[in-house]
Amino acid sequence: MSHRLINWFKLSSPYSFYPLAGRMIPWFWALTAVFGVIGLYVGFFVAPTDATQGDSYRIIFIHVPASWLSMFIYIIMAFWAGMGMAFNTRLSSMWALSLAPTGALMAFLSLWTGALWGKPTWGTWWVWDARLTSELILLFLYLGFMALHAAIDEPRRADRAAAVLALVGVVNVPIIYFSVKWWNTLHQGSSVSLTKAPSMAQTMLWGMLLMALCFWMYSIAAALKRLRAIILEREAHTDWVLRLPEATA
Amino acid sequence: MIWNSMSDFWHMGGYGLYVWGSVGVSVVVLVWEQVALKKRTEAILRSLRRRARAEKMDRELA
Repeated sequence: MSHRLINWFKLSSPYSFYPLAGRMIPWFWALTAVFGVIGLYVGFFVAPTDATQGDSYRIIFIHVPASWLSMFIYIIMAFWAGMGMAFNTRLSSMWALSLAPTGALMAFLSLWTGALWGKPTWGTWWVWDARLTSELILLFLYLGFMALHAAIDEPRRADRAAAVLALVGVVNVPIIYFSVKWWNTLHQGSSVSLTKAPSMAQTMLWGMLLMALCFWMYSIAAALKRLRAIILEREAHTDWVLRLPEATA
Repeated sequence: MIWNSMSDFWHMGGYGLYVWGSVGVSVVVLVWEQVALKKRTEAILRSLRRRARAEKMDRELA
């Protein structure tokens, strides 16, 4: 037990996580490719045309994974930001910072694909209803987190200020998730429920889950790559960074 | 196979613009993120290397 504890503490330092992240990235890229190829194949060549929505429903294979990841990444980002604030661990705050841009892109893709799906099915690109508005707020929370962090020169102070914003914003995630239950909305209910039998064809469900895994693996690969850049930027004064082969050649 | 032809596939039952507009923008956004990440990494490595060269020169002159 004590041995494992020591290992975890060791991994929580930028010095030991930097090379580990570098070794992990290719594996997450491989998983992204595998899930992506199978997911797109199932979604675009196996899943049948929907009886009511025709082929417009195929946007689901991008829309739902992007939406899930936008919420999931926010929770992880707020968790690491909070850890960084509570325990003053540098790597935690760097994790939060490395997740924010990818999360913002997922929120943007959720809104973009939602608009392109809304037009043919609802007849409008956008409505100010609870689901869409709360997802837009999520995008602004990501952008606010990054802007606030960038506005404060001293990194550790920026970490703490941005962490407060991230933690307050967590309240928005359950609002997005339950908005289709709490308010009347144009948006359809949850695509997948833990308590009900799936309401869509098996192949549609599989395509969606595979694409969600693909987006998930992509997000980890992107965040790890950004984390490595952030580690170099913020640890540029340390001996171990200056001794790295890629920094001296 | 659920599509009869290539054009049938691109047509997406009349929803081609919406479906491919979603897929296309997603691909563009994710590729753009990776290009930006590559540039960011190269920028910090370049500045670290510049510093290493400057320090080496200082040592050699001293």
